[in-house]
Amino acid sequence: MTVKDAGRAARAGRRATENRAPAREPERADRAELIQLLTPEGERVEHPDYPLEISAAEVKDLYRDLVIVRRIDFEAIALQRQGELGIWASLLGQEAAQVGSGRALSPRDMAFPTYREHGVAWCRGLDPMKLLELFRGVSHGGWDPTAHNFHLYTIVIGSQTLHATGYAMGIQRDGAVGDGGEAVIAYFGDGATSQGDVNEAFIWASVNNAPIVFFCQNNQWAISEPLERQSRTPLYMRATGFGFPGVRVDGNDVLACLAVTRKAMQAAREGQGPTLIEAFTYRMGAHTTTDDPTRYRLSAELEAWKLKDPIERVKQYLIRTEQAEMGFFDAVEAEAAEVGARVRAACQQMPDPEPLSMFDNVLTAETAQLAAERDAFATYLDSFADEAVAAGEGR
Amino acid sequence: MTTLTLSRALNEGLRKALEANDKALIMGEDVGKLGGVFRVTDGLQKDFGEARVVDTPLAESGIIGTAIGLALRGYRPICEIQFDGFIFPAFNQIVGQLAKMRYRSLGTVKLPIVVRVPFGGGIGAVEHHSESPEALFAHTPGLRVIACGDPADAYTMIQQAASSDDPVLFFEPKRRYWDKAEVDTEGGLAAALPMDKARVLADGTDVTLLCYGPMVRTCAEAAVAAAGDGRSLEVIDLRSLAPLDTETIFASVRKTGRCVVVHEAVVTGGLGAEIAAQVTQECFYSLEAPVLRVGAYTTPYPPSRLEEHYLPDLDRILDAVDRSFGY
Repeated sequence: MTVKDAGRAARAGRRATENRAPAREPERADRAELIQLLTPEGERVEHPDYPLEISAAEVKDLYRDLVIVRRIDFEAIALQRQGELGIWASLLGQEAAQVGSGRALSPRDMAFPTYREHGVAWCRGLDPMKLLELFRGVSHGGWDPTAHNFHLYTIVIGSQTLHATGYAMGIQRDGAVGDGGEAVIAYFGDGATSQGDVNEAFIWASVNNAPIVFFCQNNQWAISEPLERQSRTPLYMRATGFGFPGVRVDGNDVLACLAVTRKAMQAAREGQGPTLIEAFTYRMGAHTTTDDPTRYRLSAELEAWKLKDPIERVKQYLIRTEQAEMGFFDAVEAEAAEVGARVRAACQQMPDPEPLSMFDNVLTAETAQLAAERDAFATYLDSFADEAVAAGEGR
Repeated sequence: MTTLTLSRALNEGLRKALEANDKALIMGEDVGKLGGVFRVTDGLQKDFGEARVVDTPLAESGIIGTAIGLALRGYRPICEIQFDGFIFPAFNQIVGQLAKMRYRSLGTVKLPIVVRVPFGGGIGAVEHHSESPEALFAHTPGLRVIACGDPADAYTMIQQAASSDDPVLFFEPKRRYWDKAEVDTEGGLAAALPMDKARVLADGTDVTLLCYGPMVRTCAEAAVAAAGDGRSLEVIDLRSLAPLDTETIFASVRKTGRCVVVHEAVVTGGLGAEIAAQVTQECFYSLEAPVLRVGAYTTPYPPSRLEEHYLPDLDRILDAVDRSFGY
């Protein structure tokens, strides 16, 4: 710990003391059980409730996903720094939570993301360029949610959990619960658990026994606010109060995230109702590219979480068990670099939308008022074109 | 033709909507066995079942938020917000989510959701039960905002709203729920006036009187009273607040040269302000007087023993008509 960090720690400690409620000792996060199938050192461990039979090829596919989504994220941050994107919300550190849960879904399941689910988007087959469009300011997302059963990113925290719950109620009404059934997964973060909408979604899902999995990526920080600003109880334990099971999984363990999400989704599809999964992870980067986490958290914390890296442990596991040779890792790196290069080039070549397109898709039919506004704006734009032509001729 | 109260006309219209499309759902607090606090959904759960007429948990954001999800799955929810003043917990879901989904999906998503809102005062209620928040939604691109003023329109407009592929905020004049009128429940919707069109209720030559919802009856009465004074008022029920049927409005004002807008809502920043601006811009050379507004004062809704002073009534409307002739 540096002197500067020690000073911050002291200040942070004082603030925490001042604000501390003198109540009972809250349930400590470190006492809660964490489902883990792959240790940070890359050792495969078993859990009686989550047996996972997985082939070498499947683990290698997960590894490939993890590396590629990290690469896309890396490129996007660089593109923001170079002015090509307006902002980017990095998933660094959360790759396993997203890939593990994303690969647990069937094509017919529906996912409702926040704005950080780039890894889930990848697993669903969404072109990463659609994400870059959003963060570049070319669209608000603009993909068809039914194309990959991946809803639009939602930016107002927690709002999508109600949409997800309603969608799950629709699955029930369609009779699509039971054998070969469908289910929904709703993504959100630790900060969102304070939102009314998330709590209302828990209630709706519970009383309707809706086929939904609430997947909370607890990355420990809601921008600058640590988890203890959101909750005095481990998040997964809240589910009990709403009447459905909650489980905490090592969010940096892709195998555990896969197994736990698979089981919860299968239960939902079969009509056993909702599950809350708390994926215990860490936001290694800033909240977004506009954020400066050095103002509110210690570098020591970051260093501790680096040792739990979600990708490195899979690599160690594959090496340790001789399921992959170095050539495999090189090939994945090369593929990730190729994806990165493609993303980079496509982003730089992405044209701005036509100005008049901002009038499109407000309602299913354009109103007379909006048509008049569009026409007036077109005429206004044309007046500049005339000036430009005139200026050109003058020269 | 059948004589129906406005509440019953809505009930019949909702029944038709549920019959017309098996994806249509009714959702809200107490809409099932109770039939809604105003009995608008009376008997519907018995006939259509609990999966289609849904008593929801008591949370307005949840009602609209889950309705959005159901619509994404292909359903057509008709939601009830129990009272005007209870809509604000759902404000994000309506304004932030519902209104914008089509736009942000570049048209790939449609959300055919109706949000029914009993609105306005005059029933001696406690706080939060008498408000007129329609301008907040008319200000929001991506929503259609309509208000019915009589039983016949209630019957047709709720069906039109239910068959619209756009989100519709449907404002119901709660103090007129018990007003009775002849309603044609046999004819289809084909002959009905589209829900985004205004209706000229009474032809007149001297002043255009614009109103909607609970003020429709009051303005019709004002026209009768004014006729006794030798003044001819043209009463227009706007019906659609977003979009406004400006064609009908402008045509009338160009004819009369005077315009008074009447609503229960606070005048500051209200629909009357928008209409006044547009009429001034488009009918400037036809106007004999500035557009005048009659509405609530810029205060929160007062205790009900004061509401008769707060709400526009016949005398305040006629006073505005008089003032319009003073220029």
